[in-house]
Amino acid sequence: MAFRNYILVCGGTACESSRADQIYQNLIKECKDQGVADEVQVIKTGCFGFCEQGPIVKVLPEDSFYVKVSPKDAHEIIAEHIIKGREVTRLLYDKSESRKHAKVEDIQFYQKQFRIVLRNCGFIDPENIDEYIAREGYEALEKALFEMTGDDIIEELKTAGLRGRGGAGFPTWMKWNFTKQAENDVKYVVCNADEGDPGAYMDRSTLEGDPHSVLEAMTICGKAIGAQKGYIYIRAEYPLAINRLEIAMAQAREYGLLGKNILGSGFDFDIEIRLGAGAFVCGEETALLQSIEGHRGMPQPRPPFPAVKGLWGKPTVINNVETWANIPVIISKGGNWFSKIGTADSKGTKVFALTGKIRNSGLVEVPMGTTLREIVFDIGGGIANGRKFKAVQTGGPSGGVITDADLDTPIDFGSLVRIGSMMGSGGMIVMDEDDCIVDVAKFYLNFTVDESCGKCAPCRIGGRSLCNILEKITLGNGVPEDLEAMATIGKAMRVGSLCALGQTAPNPILSSMKFFGEEYRAHIEDKSCPSGTCKNLVTYSILADKCIGCTACARKCPVGAITGEKKQLHIIDQNTCIKCGVCLETCKFGAVVVQ
Amino acid sequence: MAKMTLEELRKLRNEKQAAIQKRDIEGKDSRIVIGMGTCGIAAGAKVVLDTFLEVLDEHKLENVSVTQTGCMGLCYVEPTIEVLVPGMPDTIYGNVDAETAKKIVEQHVIGKQLVTDHLFDRPAADIIQKDGGR
Repeated sequence: MAFRNYILVCGGTACESSRADQIYQNLIKECKDQGVADEVQVIKTGCFGFCEQGPIVKVLPEDSFYVKVSPKDAHEIIAEHIIKGREVTRLLYDKSESRKHAKVEDIQFYQKQFRIVLRNCGFIDPENIDEYIAREGYEALEKALFEMTGDDIIEELKTAGLRGRGGAGFPTWMKWNFTKQAENDVKYVVCNADEGDPGAYMDRSTLEGDPHSVLEAMTICGKAIGAQKGYIYIRAEYPLAINRLEIAMAQAREYGLLGKNILGSGFDFDIEIRLGAGAFVCGEETALLQSIEGHRGMPQPRPPFPAVKGLWGKPTVINNVETWANIPVIISKGGNWFSKIGTADSKGTKVFALTGKIRNSGLVEVPMGTTLREIVFDIGGGIANGRKFKAVQTGGPSGGVITDADLDTPIDFGSLVRIGSMMGSGGMIVMDEDDCIVDVAKFYLNFTVDESCGKCAPCRIGGRSLCNILEKITLGNGVPEDLEAMATIGKAMRVGSLCALGQTAPNPILSSMKFFGEEYRAHIEDKSCPSGTCKNLVTYSILADKCIGCTACARKCPVGAITGEKKQLHIIDQNTCIKCGVCLETCKFGAVVVQ
Repeated sequence: MAKMTLEELRKLRNEKQAAIQKRDIEGKDSRIVIGMGTCGIAAGAKVVLDTFLEVLDEHKLENVSVTQTGCMGLCYVEPTIEVLVPGMPDTIYGNVDAETAKKIVEQHVIGKQLVTDHLFDRPAADIIQKDGGR
């Protein structure tokens, strides 16, 4: 009997942590209790991307998009929607215009997106290989094994124009070609799943939602370059992704899609998972290879590049998850098809993790060349709580800020570098007027200083010095010479550091000084923080003409810094005040001001 | 399952593809909507729904989706269904049972001809008389 309804429950990490698994279990139970178990298929899929509204449940074929679902809603979804055919309006994405916005295709968040990497996320059950196979899965592998030579495969990637999605954007076909040409009896294929940028979770979601796409791609690469062994290096703090990868690998082995003599072609290939301990520097390819070998994750000088001398000294292709996920589609549909998407400089799509002060935070896949404005305002829905847009940080701790002036730049590898940032792996953190740019730069610098491996002096000492200066500025002790000092140290780190971590660490400072020099000077010269973030630079006070003496602020103040009689003017004792801002939030008369 | 050969993989893909296409709503241009209010269910809408799924499957009609809705208001002729097929007027059928459901698929969806004795409410009477709904 065919199923009449399909209920897709998001099983990404974000929704799982909001009890999506319980929703899934409850839906199955309710289906049984209400007698429709063999008519309705409940499927746990990968991430839908619309994490802001999670947990998400989608019912097909009506295409009803339910958001913020809780486990107790399962009964109503089955009783109303499945049994009586009435959508549960209160759970639909936009209740005010329920029918209009109920459908996935109508939701603006999805309209401008184009999904290649996330093609199966939120549609198939990632723990069932049959569903992947049904969606043209392993078709590319068939083609690669039986119809193409290694050179054909590399030629197809060259036509496609695919560039590495890990950050630097190196052409993928060149990496493969160098490795193929390197003479050696043993070669390796490595997947870099050590995603570490704050706020970035594209790779995790891809692995959770569609693990087979990566396995298939790595096997294709093995065939192209003549390798028989692959490693997936993934951080241990991604347990769900690891679990789904292990299930996928076991299923692929059972079907003979991994292991000896794949599909009877005579080609052998297998993959092993290596867990990382979560050091950011291990996302750098040479450090990652060190870590796989069991050494401390420290970058090595390049050249020699991994393509020539990589894992255990053997030629190695190393690509990141998103790059891998593109490859089966390119082989299936052809490089020509892929090269028509995107811009002259960058082909295909890019997945971004949209976070920060944005209304719709989530996972977004757009064609290269989409403008930042479209991503932030059309897909992301603009800034939350009616605040004003200030900047976007792309490229994580290695990137820079992009301001209002550059919002209309079509995004690709080249254009982002030209406006002083970089593509990076795809983290996109949106800031509003309440964010202090000096504080943000300090956050990133603290991160890179923590994560620096300490091997080379420019990164180890330079990073620490920059951090100290920023700390000094936010405490109100900055001097005008600090700006110049930071620029000098930053430039030295760029030139002198061994790996990309140190070379790019000063970027958040250098780029924010360029665009928000005024804000830095306000901290240093006027000893004030325009956004009111840096505690040492702000004072809370009460306006005499607005205070009615209601005592509300005095009662809420956690340190008893506010004094005043009923119906009398209240006063904040600056020595006791800890600048927590509670009085500002409490006062209904606008009498508390922050300067 | 044991290790597969190329042929076995292709066979498996073909089998599974049909199943997963039912889930996919893209490329479906036709729709059969079944009124599943209390009145519809009481009058046997459930059997009708199952029949539609079976018959569509038999004829391998992959462009038709079957959805449910609440009561359409024509409680006196339940079960009621609405058929939306390109090139045909939107049609509401009443007093539909399993047999009629089969006829609707074969005559209306495939043959592009109205099943006149079960027509209710839509299309308007003059259309039916003028050109038989074509």
